[in-house]
Amino acid sequence: MKADFPVSTTTATELLRVDGIAKRFGEFSALSGIDLTVRKGEFLCLLGPSGCGKTTLLRIIAGLEVPTAGSLQLNQRDVTRLPPSERDYGIVFQSYALFPNLNVADNIAYGLKGRREDKLRRVNELLDLIGLAGIDAKFPAQLSGGQQQRVALARALATSPGLLLLDEPLSALDARVREHLRREIKALQQKLGVTTIMVTHDQEEALTMADRIVVMNHGVIEQVGTPEEIYAQPASRFVADFVGQSNWIDATFSAEAGVQVNQLGIALQTLPALAVGQRELSLFIRPEDIELHAHWEGGAMGEANTALGDIEKIELLGGFYRLGINVPLWGNLRLNVDVSRSTYQRMRLSPERRVPLTLPADKLRAFSKADAAFGAKALA
Amino acid sequence: MIAVLQALGVPGFAAAQPPVERSQRVAGVLAWGAALLLLAFLALPLVAILGKAVTNQQGGFVGIDQFVEIAGGAHFWHAVANSMAVSVTSAIIVLPLAYVFATALTRTCMPLKPLFRGLALIPLLAPSLLPGIALVYLFGNQGVLKGWFPDGGIYGFWGIVIAEVFYTFPHALMILITALSVADARLYEAASALGAGPVRRLFTVTLPAARYGLISAALVVFTLVIVDFGAPKVIGGQYNVLAVEAYKQVIGQQNFPKGAVIGLLLLLPAVFSFIVDAVLQKRQRALLTARAQPLVPQPQRWVDGLSMLACSAISAGLLLIIGTAIAAAFIKLWPYNLAPTLAHFDFDNMDGGGWLAFRNSLKLAGITALAGTVLVFTGAYLAEKTQAAPLARQLIRLFAMLPMAVPGLVLGLGYIFFFNDPHNPLHVVYGTLAILVLCSVAHFYTTAHLTAVTALKQLDGEFEAVAASLKVPFWTTAWRVTLPVCLPAVLEVARYFFVSAMTTVSAVIFLYTPDTVLASVAVLNMDDAGDTAAAAGMAALIVGTSALVCLLFGLLSWLLQRRTQAWRRR
Repeated sequence: MKADFPVSTTTATELLRVDGIAKRFGEFSALSGIDLTVRKGEFLCLLGPSGCGKTTLLRIIAGLEVPTAGSLQLNQRDVTRLPPSERDYGIVFQSYALFPNLNVADNIAYGLKGRREDKLRRVNELLDLIGLAGIDAKFPAQLSGGQQQRVALARALATSPGLLLLDEPLSALDARVREHLRREIKALQQKLGVTTIMVTHDQEEALTMADRIVVMNHGVIEQVGTPEEIYAQPASRFVADFVGQSNWIDATFSAEAGVQVNQLGIALQTLPALAVGQRELSLFIRPEDIELHAHWEGGAMGEANTALGDIEKIELLGGFYRLGINVPLWGNLRLNVDVSRSTYQRMRLSPERRVPLTLPADKLRAFSKADAAFGAKALA
Repeated sequence: MIAVLQALGVPGFAAAQPPVERSQRVAGVLAWGAALLLLAFLALPLVAILGKAVTNQQGGFVGIDQFVEIAGGAHFWHAVANSMAVSVTSAIIVLPLAYVFATALTRTCMPLKPLFRGLALIPLLAPSLLPGIALVYLFGNQGVLKGWFPDGGIYGFWGIVIAEVFYTFPHALMILITALSVADARLYEAASALGAGPVRRLFTVTLPAARYGLISAALVVFTLVIVDFGAPKVIGGQYNVLAVEAYKQVIGQQNFPKGAVIGLLLLLPAVFSFIVDAVLQKRQRALLTARAQPLVPQPQRWVDGLSMLACSAISAGLLLIIGTAIAAAFIKLWPYNLAPTLAHFDFDNMDGGGWLAFRNSLKLAGITALAGTVLVFTGAYLAEKTQAAPLARQLIRLFAMLPMAVPGLVLGLGYIFFFNDPHNPLHVVYGTLAILVLCSVAHFYTTAHLTAVTALKQLDGEFEAVAASLKVPFWTTAWRVTLPVCLPAVLEVARYFFVSAMTTVSAVIFLYTPDTVLASVAVLNMDDAGDTAAAAGMAALIVGTSALVCLLFGLLSWLLQRRTQAWRRR
């Protein structure tokens, strides 16, 4: 095929393009083949367990580490070899790195240039923005963790950078403050429309704050998607396990019998295309997606993915109950099932009760048992 | 080594460096400047001493002939045996004393701890010649307690040992305090819960945790003693030791090659203990976990009482020695006429350099404190906080550790050999006060550098990254943030340089001229000339000046803490 005009894959809405970035530390490969585009104005989360390479990727974007291979384009400008000061971003570190001997106003004004009055105005503007007007004369040591965090954010935003980088900005705070700040940072980001990349290992943080989530593991991207996609349609075993709770069910597949659990047929809405030839499968379902019934509603056991289960364990986890249910029909399969408190009370659930349950065909997903990565590709 | 290869960008070793800021080029130039300074005034003089050791007095290359010749003489082995004997004996005596003192300070509820701590550190304010002089007054031929060492018995082995015990005590004490203050209370609780009594706890918890500190302290004492010539020179009499032998060869007989050979031999124990210490330091770190609970000593009447008794006895010993020297300076004719007098301070009418020596010393100490602090902090900052010129930064780190392993005597010899050479373009500094300053800075570089590095490392490592993201050049951050936060450490380094330059004899003894004679050198010369009272006077003057400067710096530091209280509060 011949192109009549230069084909540009970049679009106006694209701010950052990461092309085949790799990073090796001696024999250890911290990142390999990372491709990613970040759209203008979006809130992107890099999510993964510690050591997955998410912080290394952020530091490469910031120019604090140099990649072994690949390139970075910021605003359609190649910045791979540019030092931090010649890129255009603000950064908030996990430690906040507030200058201890400068007061809040001086910290925020640190990167500002120009006349004194202009600086002062900008500082007050930012203090209003973060909801901390009037603390400008205090020193970082006199502030609470949450306040320090917001001052660090104001300092990073002071020069109106095109990109905001957040390196685990909430992990040093206690749970309540963290939850509050999550909302606040998100609201601030939306108000300013500043493109933001945040590194976190906390899936809840990623799910609540991000427009899109990049799930990483062992230096590669496992999946990129909206929080809903990541949660409801995990592309790999790793993503399914890392984000949210999951049940794993051993199953087999054959062309004649289809998918079977303990030699009983199970219906799946999306059958794995490449599962043909795969004898062993793992079926995945979220605990809250399993349906419990008050009564047996007729039909044979095992039909329509329905079977009887024995409640073995009940845990109250705040807003809901987690039941441990044993299903003899599927080879004494242990399932975790989440039910709301109201459902729990309405159904009068109690230990050692026998209860009919259904695995909805549209909520079940199949993964190759042997190789999680293969399963991800097969189902994508 | 690998780090140097990486820094050179040798293929296969090249580590990818982050892109360097434009402003960092300035840092690169500065780093090279610092590295070259350290090369010229530290590394090259040491190379020179090696070169001198393998050439004869006419300048011809003779290889290891001189080593063989010196090693062949019974005289030499006699000096080696004597040096070993005093060093080992001093270590054996200092260690238990310092251990008891350190335990009392760190593990008991003994009252007056700050006072005892201060008293124990007093020997640091004095040149190593002072205890020798004091011993002469106490136990010498005219000594008040000469019955304790009849027939001049103090002049020799025991005199040297007692003087060295005084001189090395605070060094051992500081190491042991550090080692003993890192106790993990949980280990003691666990041991007690498992039924271990005090003796078992000592052998299973305390000593294993402190053993690296003990070894380190023993090595430091051993090295300090074996390379010190101040005490043996004053009180050693006919008891010949290696350090004095090197001094005599160079100063007395102008036999530079022979001096170089002995100097190199003295380098061996110093390098050995430096390496052992470096290895131990690494292990020591592994003992400490971040979750360790600090041990809070509980009052125990008997233990606290006995500790106080022991500390009082040791402090009394130290005070007796320093007090004797000071008292002797103000007494007309010890011990026959005890009338007070200031006659011994009439230095200008005595041999040794007079008041000029004291003025020179003040000048030297002041300039050393200023220049040393600037160089040390610049070097440490560049090495720790900047990215440009990786090779230069690696060299700074390497050179900074060198002086620790090099006795002052050896450094001084290296300086003569290197700068005395008329072909050396740096020859112009020879015989000036400048060379004394340079030598003093180099001599005390390591401790100062480590203090600076420790302070810098306590700063958040992301400050520079934040500043770069805000497009602020590094020097702005260095000036506005790094320096103000590190100011207490800056003061500490300056104080250390001042007091060290004021009291040192070992390196500068080879480098002074009649115009640049120093107070500590004057002590030695006046003692040599028989003006022991004047020597005591000058030594007392040095102690007084050092003490005053320490007080001044303490006051400055206190004022600083008060002014910066708002942001230093945690």
